[in-house]
Amino acid sequence: MNYSPLVDLHEGVTCKVARIQAGRTATKRLYEMGFNTGARIKVLKNDRGPVIVGLGGHKVALGRGLAAKMLVTKE
Amino acid sequence: MSITIALVGNPNSGKTTLFNALTGSNQHVGNWPGVTVERKEGQVRHGNTVCRVVDLPGAYSLGAFSEDEMVAREFILTGNPDVVINVIDATNVERNLYLTTQLLEMGAKVVIALNMVDEAKEREISIDEKALARRLGVPVIPTVASRRNGLEQLMNAALAVASAPRNGHVRLSYGESIDDKLAKLTNLLKAGRWDYPSGWLALKVMEGDEYVRKIVADEQSMQRSKEFLRLWDEIAANEDYYQLEIVDSRYRFVGEVTQDAVRRPAVAVETATDKLDRILTHKYWGIPIFAAIMFVVFQLTFAIGQDFLGEWMASAVEYIGEFLESLLLTVNAPQWLVDFTGNGIIAGVGAVVEFVPLIVILYLLMGLLEDSGYMARAAYVMDNTMRAVGLQGKTFISMIVGFGCNVPGVMATRTLESKKDRMIAILINPFMSCGAKIPIYLVFIAAFFPAYGGAALFAMYALGIIVAFIMGKIFSKTLFKGEVSHFIMELPPYRMPTLGTVLRSMWDNVSGFLTRAGTTIFAVVSLLWVLAVLPGGVEPYGPESILGQIGLAIAPIFKPAGFGTWQASVGLFSGIAAKEAVVATLGMVYAGVEEGMELVMSIREVFTPLTAVSFMVMTLLYTPCAATLGTIRKETGSGKWALFSALYSFGVAWALAVVVFQVGSLLGFA
Ligand SMILES: Nc1nc2c(ncn2[C@@H]2O[C@H](COP(=O)(O)OP(=O)(O)OP(=O)(O)O)[C@@H](O)[C@H]2O)c(=O)[nH]1
Ligand SMILES: [Mg+2]
Repeated sequence: MNYSPLVDLHEGVTCKVARIQAGRTATKRLYEMGFNTGARIKVLKNDRGPVIVGLGGHKVALGRGLAAKMLVTKE
Repeated sequence: MSITIALVGNPNSGKTTLFNALTGSNQHVGNWPGVTVERKEGQVRHGNTVCRVVDLPGAYSLGAFSEDEMVAREFILTGNPDVVINVIDATNVERNLYLTTQLLEMGAKVVIALNMVDEAKEREISIDEKALARRLGVPVIPTVASRRNGLEQLMNAALAVASAPRNGHVRLSYGESIDDKLAKLTNLLKAGRWDYPSGWLALKVMEGDEYVRKIVADEQSMQRSKEFLRLWDEIAANEDYYQLEIVDSRYRFVGEVTQDAVRRPAVAVETATDKLDRILTHKYWGIPIFAAIMFVVFQLTFAIGQDFLGEWMASAVEYIGEFLESLLLTVNAPQWLVDFTGNGIIAGVGAVVEFVPLIVILYLLMGLLEDSGYMARAAYVMDNTMRAVGLQGKTFISMIVGFGCNVPGVMATRTLESKKDRMIAILINPFMSCGAKIPIYLVFIAAFFPAYGGAALFAMYALGIIVAFIMGKIFSKTLFKGEVSHFIMELPPYRMPTLGTVLRSMWDNVSGFLTRAGTTIFAVVSLLWVLAVLPGGVEPYGPESILGQIGLAIAPIFKPAGFGTWQASVGLFSGIAAKEAVVATLGMVYAGVEEGMELVMSIREVFTPLTAVSFMVMTLLYTPCAATLGTIRKETGSGKWALFSALYSFGVAWALAVVVFQVGSLLGFA
């Protein structure tokens, strides 16, 4: 499997959450917000600010630091 | 009969809208996650049952991360609600059902309000609520809280569930190894006495829930069991794995529940939100657009509230004053009473009330912004800038809330997960210029810069933000070191603001303003009036009066800032009671100087454009009002921080006012 950090993906790409390497609390928070293993997300915006992803029809903004710690697999 | 109903759900799912609709309350609704940060209660009669309804802050899960989620969790665990109405957002059923799963695990009696079905329909999401209800074992009632649809059925279902016996817990499988440990732990826990089912406690222990772990660890009988202690250590060694595995299992369960019951179109319908976001969250235009929006807000506030309605209000106040005076004269009231009414109350409280139209317009516009969904975008576009000064985007929301009033602004920091973020956010919030300070600026603007009202207001607010950033930077380098926390924020869809919501939030603020005028300001004015005419024989409002003497003692402090008059000093100090008191006091101590535009005219005589600016800077930044200081004390849990806030902001304000005046003088301004 090829993991890449979410922050490296281009807008419009769809991917699946593979692993989150943030601290324990942040990881659990993300899991409970729907970024659990295998969750499908779509990169909606990725330029300078936080990365905006689509998750189950909602938009969530993730700070770039966090997006760098979220490893995903491209579809 | 009476029962307790708790409203529980993810942030921004419509709990407070539902709460208001059910109870006829007027709690703050807004289109961003984290509007409600404390518990609110109301009542409704349904049939012959009296229901105590409790609105709670939104939460993504029962394992609370922030202060507001803590409040929700606390009530769910210890408030003993007879039934929980779990409000879920129909456009995002899967994520919302995660919390539902946790509620079912603990054996709560649940009714689901499937809210926002109108939006789900728009996005062509079809939901088979009967299948959901069957698989979850709880009633699922579609609602549109903002249009009061489905409330009757919801209440019927809630009462039915409340009076029915508890129907066993939902059992999920968390995978073999966890299930196995869970069974063992549950068995061992059965030996203790608990307020909660032992199966649930076991699950929470494995999930690493600090609160439950403490309950269990504190139980003597457990500590004596060798077998228990061994298992406990085993679990602790693997907790990271268990934690995430349990979360995943819940999502698997949710997946089974929603399978074929929730269908989305293959290609998501492009919504207006997507189009708007392309502009409003643009990488270069985002911040200029935010600034432009604020600028328009102030221009409109000024144009409509002051130029258009202000005159009218001023003459109304004048008319009432004259009417009262003639009334008192015809009933032969004593001279002091006539004087107190005319030169004290009307000049003081009246000076504040004159600004009601302006406040109304400002809060209407703020309400529109809050209900539109833009707040979360403001947080998004500011994240980079905030990060540069050691803060994060979410803090910005509490700052914008502070524009209305610093009390809810300070409370809004509860949504910040890190202690460091929260402390800094609390300490800088008072630099956000609140509605109560507007009358002060307005009087000075009317006296010196009448042509630039909107721009001057905007400049004051902008200065507040800049000072807040600078202080934030300083605090994050000194008092509160540590890493900047992560920014995670849901961006809700833009919604057309509802008239009812906007009017209600406006009225909430305006009635607060009027209430203060009638109570705090009235009391301050009365007290100051007495001090201004005593001791007997001195010239009222003169420097020999007690008030004048107090002012004269303070005045030298403000000499370097250019406004070292006793009147200005007294005004500033009375402003600590409530900021409106500054204008009320100035209105009173300058009363009787001339008829007509008294206050503005006398301000023009005693201040210069330069000292007006330095005085405005001072009032923008100095010591927060008593209510805000009280809130700071409550939210930080320490009077020391309130005192610190009072003193450091005074220092910052004074220093900046002095700089303005001294540099301005050097440059030849007057
Ligand atoms: N279209 C639609 N909008 C709704 C509905 N119910 C609530 N809203 C809107 O959703 C937004 C959030 O509503 P709130 O009642 O503040 O949500 P909340 O769950 O109390 O949010 P927090 O207090 O932040 O957890 C507001 O803009 C409401 O007007 C609904 O049924 N349909
Ligand atoms: Mg709410």
